[in-house]
Amino acid sequence: MAVMESSTSVVLGGTRGGPSVTHLRKDRWWLQPVVTMSILTAFVIYSTWAAFQNRYYYVGAGVHRDLISPFYSPCIADDCVSGSKAGWHFSGWSLSPALLILIFPLGFRLTCYYYRRSYYRAFWWSPPACAVADAHGTYTGETRFPLIMQNVHRYFFYAGLVFNVLLTIDAVEAFREPGLGWGVSVGTIVLCVNAALLWLYSLSCHACRHLCGGHVKSFSQHKIRHRLWKLVTPLNAKHMNFAWASLFVVALTDVYVRLVASGALTDYKLF
Amino acid sequence: MADVTMRIWRGDANGGNFETFTLAQNEGEVVLDVIHRIQATEAPDLACRWNCKAGKCGSCSAEINGKPRLMCMTRMDQLPEGEVTVTPMKTFPIIRDLVTDVSFNYVQAQKVPALLPPPMPERGYVMFQEDVERGQEFRKCIECFMCQDVCHVIRDHEENKEHYSGPRFFIRYAELEMHPLDTNDRRHLLREEMGLGYCNITKCCTEVCPEHIHITDNAIIPLKERVVDAAYDPVAWLGRKIRRKHNRTADEAAVQPAP
Repeated sequence: MAVMESSTSVVLGGTRGGPSVTHLRKDRWWLQPVVTMSILTAFVIYSTWAAFQNRYYYVGAGVHRDLISPFYSPCIADDCVSGSKAGWHFSGWSLSPALLILIFPLGFRLTCYYYRRSYYRAFWWSPPACAVADAHGTYTGETRFPLIMQNVHRYFFYAGLVFNVLLTIDAVEAFREPGLGWGVSVGTIVLCVNAALLWLYSLSCHACRHLCGGHVKSFSQHKIRHRLWKLVTPLNAKHMNFAWASLFVVALTDVYVRLVASGALTDYKLF
Repeated sequence: MADVTMRIWRGDANGGNFETFTLAQNEGEVVLDVIHRIQATEAPDLACRWNCKAGKCGSCSAEINGKPRLMCMTRMDQLPEGEVTVTPMKTFPIIRDLVTDVSFNYVQAQKVPALLPPPMPERGYVMFQEDVERGQEFRKCIECFMCQDVCHVIRDHEENKEHYSGPRFFIRYAELEMHPLDTNDRRHLLREEMGLGYCNITKCCTEVCPEHIHITDNAIIPLKERVVDAAYDPVAWLGRKIRRKHNRTADEAAVQPAP
């Protein structure tokens, strides 16, 4: 086959038009990065504090409940409180189990395409908003270490699926009321909503969409993959909503379990 | 209706400054109408590029109150009260007033290896509807180059123009990579020479696209995931080794079929 090479190259430089200012926007462009930064900072501070607490993460048979915080599930440390232990434990780990567990969901969110957009804007100001100058003299994006590591996102997605299964089991077990049988309490609803939102967040992920069928050249030759891709694509369009909703709810779930476990709140039985 | 004050950038490669025009506002006008009225009355030498006045030619891109927009699709009554600032696209060299030299984009367009179909079968090429629909969104692009203009990778870092195609061309690459008749594999080319890794997915290109193409979600991120398959995923690498499959190198992918 005859071939043709591109010969024209980019000419750099040339005078740009417009004034030499960082931006000419008149709207409140700073509001979104400020709100994002505030929420993500608050979540990081709270989850770090909660991870080091290593108590009040489980509501057990003493009050006829089986509720565990998502930050501490599966409880795999040596000294997990009675009833909260997973079938397997990390022998010799006497610190908070949350320190082991949170690596995976946090890694999933840290490398998530949506959160990347948010924290690159809010924290790194690269750029803080559209058509507002970024705050750096040079820029290499995600081509070098450490940001090239964002490409491991799909592996955190796989790990996230494992945690979703475990948290779904926790949600089912939350219907158990030791000594009383089965029932539904506010805690049951909280754990179920948390598990549902985490599934929606994971299944709407861009890596999931790619793995389901986005990677094929031809949908017509991969009917099942096309069908899967069509199922997750509408979820993908709402990935941002699921990202925020699941972030709030996972923190609220921990707060709720913590309050009930510490005795500050009673888990109200619905039926 | 009240008067409107337009603050318009006037100048060329030797420099420039804002010039202010105050004129009556007419109902239903877009920014391009006002620019034309200024040309017709106060500044006949005011340069601007335009053609269809219907948001389909992509000629009248400019920055209105600091954001890239089509002048012909921006209604005056939807802008906040006060003076309206109009400047040329910042990313490209100025020619004069609101007109910029967008030839960077044509250089990038030339670099895109064209569709590489297999030899024509006896019954001819066949495309199925689901495959046609997949690329349809990308073909809506009107080449206004506002996505290129707003992309901070080249807007704020001129040096990156050498090795960054930009969002407009990433949707072209995505269209080709998702084409069932294409036999090329541009993933290493995208990673090594077209600068896909420079994009940090801040979605400004999607925000300014007048055709509402989901540039980031439907083109750039799928391309990034394909590059992960080709270059970063150890399981995919192992799969290729076992099946003895070979990815095209950037140089192999860059070879274009003769026109």
